[in-house]
Amino acid sequence: MKFSNVMSTGGEWLRGEGPHHQIVISSRVRLARNLRNRAFPGWAKKAERTLVLEQIKPRVEELPEMQDSFSELLQDLSALEKQVLVERHLISREHAAKSIGSAVVMNRRQTLSIMVNEEDHLRMQSIRSGLQLKSAFKLVDKVDSTLEGKLDFAYDPKLGYLTACPTNVGTGMRASAMLHLPGLVLSELINQVIQAVNKIGLAVRGLYGEGTEAMGNLFQISNQTTLGEKEDEIIGRLSKVIETIIEKEHDARQMLIQKKSNTLWDQIGRAYGVLTFAHAMTSKEALNLLSIMKLGIDLGAFPEDRRLPIDELFIDTQPAHLQKSSQQKLNAEERDQLRAQIIRERLNVFPKPDISKVARESENGSTAAPTNNE
Amino acid sequence: MLCDVCKCNDATVFLTQILEGKMQKVNLCDACSKEKGVQDPTGFALADLLLGIGAAEEIEKCAPSERCPVCGFTQADFKKTGRLGCSSCYLTFSEGLGSLLKAMHKGTEHVGKLPQRAHRALELSDRMRSLTENLQKAVTEENYETAASLRDQIKQLEHELAAA
Repeated sequence: MKFSNVMSTGGEWLRGEGPHHQIVISSRVRLARNLRNRAFPGWAKKAERTLVLEQIKPRVEELPEMQDSFSELLQDLSALEKQVLVERHLISREHAAKSIGSAVVMNRRQTLSIMVNEEDHLRMQSIRSGLQLKSAFKLVDKVDSTLEGKLDFAYDPKLGYLTACPTNVGTGMRASAMLHLPGLVLSELINQVIQAVNKIGLAVRGLYGEGTEAMGNLFQISNQTTLGEKEDEIIGRLSKVIETIIEKEHDARQMLIQKKSNTLWDQIGRAYGVLTFAHAMTSKEALNLLSIMKLGIDLGAFPEDRRLPIDELFIDTQPAHLQKSSQQKLNAEERDQLRAQIIRERLNVFPKPDISKVARESENGSTAAPTNNE
Repeated sequence: MLCDVCKCNDATVFLTQILEGKMQKVNLCDACSKEKGVQDPTGFALADLLLGIGAAEEIEKCAPSERCPVCGFTQADFKKTGRLGCSSCYLTFSEGLGSLLKAMHKGTEHVGKLPQRAHRALELSDRMRSLTENLQKAVTEENYETAASLRDQIKQLEHELAAA
């Protein structure tokens, strides 16, 4: 598979299906594994890194899950292509900085992505849309079991899987979900939620993981610890907390409709107005306004069939996607112009927000009823 | 009080996090707190920060000249990067790592997934233990026929263990 195919096929999780998909954008589970007695990628010399790569990459490519996969050495990808993969959460920012001795292999559906020589020799990640941590784990666990028959993984009976960073030792597992929480942000309850989540040993982060800013009211929540707890216990604990946050988000939205409806309609109206008529827009502004549009759809102010164009814009207006689709490198000013242009075009036939619809639905109490399939 | 990160400016930001009953404290100067993203509560986890500061001190408890025999990694390298050199480093620096892992995680022992290979090795060593016990019993009971058969089985198992 070629890179152009990666661009054109949206990736399953971007389609926004799956349980709780209005609030949970995606679920990801990654496992870190290393070869026994081989220097970890950050410490290995180039020759040893290349040797490890040559040992691992063919084994990954021959996985049944990786038929018709996209497999590329990092040095053969342009900076822009790497950034596109980061924006789709298929590789990490750290991995994008790598070159010789590192690779990425992913399946066509973009539900499974394996980084070779990131911080660990192997970082295997499964990504699903909505709240599907269990099924994401199932896929990556199966891949791990196949690979362990062919590769000698560093494992200690007491400490479990050994990783470059002691924070990952044990299960080597990081499970996370990307949540869209405009209700909690608008009602200024988000910091309370973040603090509560931190207190029970889970991490809350911004859009692109560690140390990144929260934009577009998107938050990643993940397990902080990996030793002393079973994989399914970690996932169960995380899922429970996420379900509680989903409830809180629904409550916050109801509260906004009932008590601060004018602020809410004002926000939705402004987002609609600016997105439809602006001629320059940064990616941060675009994300924040698109987030409000998404909320508008969730609440019924826009028809449900307009969800896909908004969801697509979340990704398509990111800097690398913008440049890749326009086939040229652009400076910041040109990017902001192009971004505004694309948004205007896609929202050209977008209906105006219809508040009457929301009021009616909230009276029926049928707004955003959660469905639970997990 | 000096900043825990740069160790040159006065600390102006004092952080305390209580995680499952354990209290962790970090003191930072204005510049370092900004750099570490402390002022943005959404992108910040105290554990990440502590790893950078506390980890280096913990691992210093090992003999200072210790060098990993497999990859040549030293504790000074760990101080710099916060990452280890190879899987054997966990053995080399086990003393200092022990308390670090304890502070960082929910438990100190892995209870999760077992690789097939480790699973098999565990089975074999369990079988070996019971065979050895039976052998001793047979010898004390002067049941030499059983003892001879058990000894053969142990030999066979030793081969399997070596192969695993």
